Amino acid sequence: MSKTPKLLMVLNVLSLILVLVGYYLALFYAPTEKVMGDVQRVFYFHVATAWVGMVGFILAAVFSAIYLIKKDMKWDMLGLASVEISLVFFFITIVLGSIWARPAWGTWWTWEPRLTTAAILEMIYLAYLLLRQGIEDPEQRARFGAVYTLLGGLSVPMTLLSIRLFRTIHPVVIGGGGSETMGMTDSMLFVMFYSIIAFTVLFVTLFWHRIRLGIYQEKVERLKSEIYN
Amino acid sequence: MRTNQVTAYKPSFIKSIFAITRKDISAEMRSRELLSSMLVFSMLVVLIYYFALELDIKAREAITAGALWVTFSFAGTLGLNRSMAVEKDRGCLDGLLLAPVDRSAIYFGKMISNLVFMFIVEAIVIPLYAIMYNVNLLVPGFLWITVLGSIGYVAVGTLLSAMTVQTRTRDVLLPILLFPLVIPVLIAAVKASSGFIQGLPMEEILPWMNLLIVYDVVFTAGSYMVFDNIVEE
Repeated sequence: MSKTPKLLMVLNVLSLILVLVGYYLALFYAPTEKVMGDVQRVFYFHVATAWVGMVGFILAAVFSAIYLIKKDMKWDMLGLASVEISLVFFFITIVLGSIWARPAWGTWWTWEPRLTTAAILEMIYLAYLLLRQGIEDPEQRARFGAVYTLLGGLSVPMTLLSIRLFRTIHPVVIGGGGSETMGMTDSMLFVMFYSIIAFTVLFVTLFWHRIRLGIYQEKVERLKSEIYN
Repeated sequence: MRTNQVTAYKPSFIKSIFAITRKDISAEMRSRELLSSMLVFSMLVVLIYYFALELDIKAREAITAGALWVTFSFAGTLGLNRSMAVEKDRGCLDGLLLAPVDRSAIYFGKMISNLVFMFIVEAIVIPLYAIMYNVNLLVPGFLWITVLGSIGYVAVGTLLSAMTVQTRTRDVLLPILLFPLVIPVLIAAVKASSGFIQGLPMEEILPWMNLLIVYDVVFTAGSYMVFDNIVEE
């Protein structure tokens, strides 16, 4: 059993501090939004968690593609780690979004492109985990998982596009002009980008931990099969 | 393994695809277990809609396309499951894999036969629905959308059923894996076909048709590329 690497310990502490400071910035430093009031403060973490979820989703598709080409179990572990982290962060994003949407839109949930796509993405992740559960052979599990993640990576953008053909009421944060864009002051932008960076560091930390866990799992499985044989 | 003395007989790609399709269809024509269960199931669903949704004359126009597509996708999983389970249970899949044909020929062969079963079910359910609910469904555009939607659905479904049939949970898993992936097909097919039923102008229907075509192409090509990974032994 190897000891926790020094860098990982530093990352542990760093992500804790960054997220705590992020709380302070979002709750006290950022100015109160004129129209929506204090509930808008949820937005900083909402964007940051959505960003992490998105990174996890893209990484999962990339790792799966690499796995199918190289057939090295290491890529499967990386893919699984990305999916698991992305699943959790997208869930947090949806919950935070709901908290914001209740006063802003007057409803917890609405069938809006990004919300619906996020929900479907969560379903795909759950299906992926169920699929993995149903297969015993680790090599087959990795292959099927990678194929399914890749198909999900193809289908989700199309889902977003297809729901987008309806009209959207989700505020556009980056890019896109007109009345839909949120008018943000410089300090608001600062807090937003700070949160994104803080959560990216948190993502790296969690990812590393998950991979170490994966390595140990593999070790346990190997030892078990050695005992039985 | 290649030897110089023996030149193995290798049929052409197209020929092997149709050989597999023909095998599936003639087996089905003898047992009729797949089509009959799909058909009876679809009819039951169409009946249940009447009581569950109280399809009065006004609701019908708006809901018909959705109701039909839900029927097709549920009945479709029955067929997809069955068509792969038969291969697996009687060891036919191993036989197919031993055959000197390209692996992807197996995918396309199974896909075409699944598509044929899907079309047969649709060809019976659509007129039946039209008669029972008194809606005019014999619009060429509507039928085209049904064809395009079925292709996308079956393209993904065939690949996933080859996958789920090898897992422990089998039949239960297929709809769970399939439905989140075919949502673009369902949205586009429902929107486009209800556009045709209600006689909307073409420029409102066209984006959905384009989306369906793109989905069909992307997922047929994608499934073709990854199918080797599913049946590897």
